[in-house]
Amino acid sequence: MKAIYLDNNATTRTDPSVVDAMLPFFTEHFGNASSAHSFGAEVGTAVKAARQQLQQLLGATHDHEIIYTSGGTESDNAAILSALEALPDRNEIVTSKVEHPAILSLCEHLEKTGRAKVHFIGVDGSGQLDIEAYRAALSDKVAVVSLMWANNETGTIFPVEGLAELAKEHGALFHTDAVQAVGKTPISLKDSAIDMLSLSGHKLHGPKGIGALYVKKGARFKPLIRGGHQERARRGGTENVPAIIGLGKAAELALQHMAEEQGRVKELRDRLEKAVLQRVPNCIVNGDRHDRLPNTTNIAFEYVESEAILLHLNRGGVAASSGSACTSGSMEPSHVLKAMEIPEAALHGAVRFSFSRDNVSEDVDRVVEALPGIVEKLREMSPFWADAEKKTNDSKPVFA
Amino acid sequence: MWEYSDKVQEHFFNPKNAGVLDGANAVGEVGALSCGDALKLMLHIDPVTEIVLEAKFQTYGCGSSIASSSALTELVIGKTLEQARAVTNRDIADFLGGLPPEKMHCAVMGHEALQAAIANFRGEVWRPEHEEAALVCKCHGVDARAIERAIRDNGLSTVEQVGAFTMAGTGCTTCYEQIEDILLRVATEAAAASAASAAPQVAEIARPETVAAAPAPAPVAPRPGSLNLFSAAVRAASTAPAPAKPIVRPAAESSPLSPASPLPPPSAGMTNLKKIRLIEETIEDLRVYLRKDGGDCELIDVDGSNVLVSLTGACVGCQMASVTVSGIQERLMAKLGVPIRVIPVGRNAH
Ligand SMILES: Cc1ncc(COP(=O)(O)O)c(C=O)c1O
Ligand code: FES
Repeated sequence: MKAIYLDNNATTRTDPSVVDAMLPFFTEHFGNASSAHSFGAEVGTAVKAARQQLQQLLGATHDHEIIYTSGGTESDNAAILSALEALPDRNEIVTSKVEHPAILSLCEHLEKTGRAKVHFIGVDGSGQLDIEAYRAALSDKVAVVSLMWANNETGTIFPVEGLAELAKEHGALFHTDAVQAVGKTPISLKDSAIDMLSLSGHKLHGPKGIGALYVKKGARFKPLIRGGHQERARRGGTENVPAIIGLGKAAELALQHMAEEQGRVKELRDRLEKAVLQRVPNCIVNGDRHDRLPNTTNIAFEYVESEAILLHLNRGGVAASSGSACTSGSMEPSHVLKAMEIPEAALHGAVRFSFSRDNVSEDVDRVVEALPGIVEKLREMSPFWADAEKKTNDSKPVFA
Repeated sequence: MWEYSDKVQEHFFNPKNAGVLDGANAVGEVGALSCGDALKLMLHIDPVTEIVLEAKFQTYGCGSSIASSSALTELVIGKTLEQARAVTNRDIADFLGGLPPEKMHCAVMGHEALQAAIANFRGEVWRPEHEEAALVCKCHGVDARAIERAIRDNGLSTVEQVGAFTMAGTGCTTCYEQIEDILLRVATEAAAASAASAAPQVAEIARPETVAAAPAPAPVAPRPGSLNLFSAAVRAASTAPAPAKPIVRPAAESSPLSPASPLPPPSAGMTNLKKIRLIEETIEDLRVYLRKDGGDCELIDVDGSNVLVSLTGACVGCQMASVTVSGIQERLMAKLGVPIRVIPVGRNAH
C-alpha cells in the first residue's frame, strides 16, 4: 500500500529535478563563488542565476535584495534582531500570538531579557488578526512589526500588504514570515511596503537547511552572522552552493506550478474537507474561510484527541499532523488554536492535512474512506461522546 | 515521532475492555475535556469476596492513555480489591513495556482512576494528591513543581545543583534554560517574600549567571557523584549561625562551585558496618512508602558520607523525585546523626 503524505506544511519532498540541478555543484562545480579563478567564476554565475529565479518568484525589484540563510528560522531571527539594532531609539516589537516558534520564542526571549517590549496581537475565531489591537500597538517606539503571511497550522492568510502600510505610517520596519506562503500563493514585493520577508527551501520542494531573507533595497539591515563579504557582507560564511542552486530551481518550479497549486491542489483539499464534514458529525474547520492557503485544512474532531487519530491514520498509511504538541505533562494544545479560542471539545482534536502538487485524487479517497471509521471508533471509546450534542456539519461546500 | 512499544500499540489499536459496563458497582472518573485526556473506569466487584469480576473503561485521550486504560483493566480483573489497590502507575507502564517519559501521566491517570473507583465502591470520595505540573525535563521526566521544590527545600542556585538533586537537565540539556528560569523565579519569589534587608543578597543568587561568573577557582561543575555541592553547603552551614536545615542556601560569597574541601569524617564511634546497616534499614523502611506511589529506591553504594541510591519506577518520572531524595537524606541524617548526601544515580547508563 502506497504511503500517503499529507503533511506538506511540515516539509515537502525535494523535487527530483531540484536534486538533479544540485548534484553537479557537489562534484564538478565545487568552486567557491568568491574565488577569482574560473572554478569560482562558474559557480558565481550559477548562484546569480539562482538568485534571479528566487527574485522572480517573489516579484522583487532586485536580485540582491535576497540574502541566503540556513532556513526560515535564521531568516526570522536575522530580521528581528537586525531591526532592533538598526533602529536603536525604538525598542518595541509588534507580532501576533499565532506566529511560528521561530518568531515567538525569540520575541519571548527578547522580552524576558529586557531587550524589547513585545506586543503579541491576538486573533479572532478564524485566526484573523485583531486589526484594532494592531493599530493601537503601533507607535513611533516600534522598531519592527513581524506578522506571518500564512499560518502553518490553519493556513489563514494575513493581509500583510495592508498591515505593512499601517506599520510604515509609524516608521517601523515590516517583516513577514512567508515560509508557508512562498510557492503556494502569488507574491509581488515590488510595490509593497514589506521591508523583509522570510522563506524556507524545504517548504517548496527545495532542499532543507537553505532559506532566504528578502530585504528591500534601502531598508536598514544589520547582519546576524558576521564574517566574510558573502551576500554583500550581510551574511558571512561560504555559500551553501548546491542548496542555493536547488532553491533557485525550486522557485522556478513553484512559479510554473502556481496555477496548479491554486487549482488542482486546492480542489483536492476542498474535496477532502467537504467529504469529511459530510461524513463525520461534530467537526470544525479551523481557519479563515475566505483567506486561506489552497493546500491546508485543519479539521478539529470534537471529543477525540488528535494523536489517537494520527496513530490510526499512520497505520493506514496516511501521514498528517496535529498542531498540538502533546508532549508536555499537561497536554498543551496548539498555541494557534488556543489563541483562536476553539471550543474546548475540539481544542485537542485538531488534525492538519496539508497537500502539495505531489498529491493525487486517490490520496483523498483513501483518507475519506478511513477517517470516519477511525473517529467513530475513538468516539465510542470516549466518555463524553454518549452525552454530547450531535451536530451534522454544513455539507454545502464551505469554502466556495 | 512516536516511541511506543509494540505492547502500547497493541493495546491502543485493539484495546481490551473498552466500553460501558452495565451493572458496574465501582466507577472512577478522572481528567476532563479541557485537559485533553479523561478516563472513566467501571468495575464490577463481588460484594462478598471483593474480587474484581469485570472491568471496562472509556477514555478520551492520546494513544498511550487509551493503551494505559486497556492495560489497567487487564491488570485488575481477577484481583481482590486489596490487590488491585496496590497496582501502581509503574505497573501499568511496565505492563505496556514502558512509556515515553512525557507520557507517564497517562499511566498516572490510570492509577488515579483505580483509586477513585475503589473509593467509590467504599462510598468515599477520592481526591487527587497532586495536580500535574508542566514537564520541564523530558529526558528524566521531571516537572516544574519537582524542580521548584528541590530548589526551595535545598536552597539550590545553579542548574548543575538542580541536576544533582533531580537529574533534570543532565540528559540532552534542552531544558537548561527552562531550569534557569525556574531558579530565577523561585529566587525572585523568595526575595519578594523575605525582608527588605535580605533582598540584595537573594537578588545576587537570583541570577544563575552571576553565581557562575563569581570568582571561583577552578569552577568544576558539581555532577552527581562529586562532592562539591555538599562540601560547599557544609561549609556554609558551619559558618552560618545555627541553620535549621542540614543544607542551607549557600551564602552569596561562597560559590557552590568552589573546589571541594575534604568532608568531615563519618561519625566517629560508629563502625562502617553498623553505619551501612543503619542506612540499609532506613531505606528499607522508606521503600514501603515509595512503593505505594509506584516508585522504589535501592541502595547502590555508600562512599564516605555519600549514599548512592537508584530511584526507580514512578520516582524517576514523577514530581516525587526531589522530595524523595531530600526526604531520604533527612531521614538518614536523623538516624545517623552525621551529614549525609544522598545522590540519585542511574543503574544503567542512559
Ligand atoms: C511559518 C514558519 N516559519 C518558520 C519555519 C521554520 O523554517 P525552517 O525549518 O526552515 O527553519 C516554519 C517551518 O517549520 C514555518 O512553518
Ligand atoms: S530534557 Fe532535560 S536533560 Fe533532556
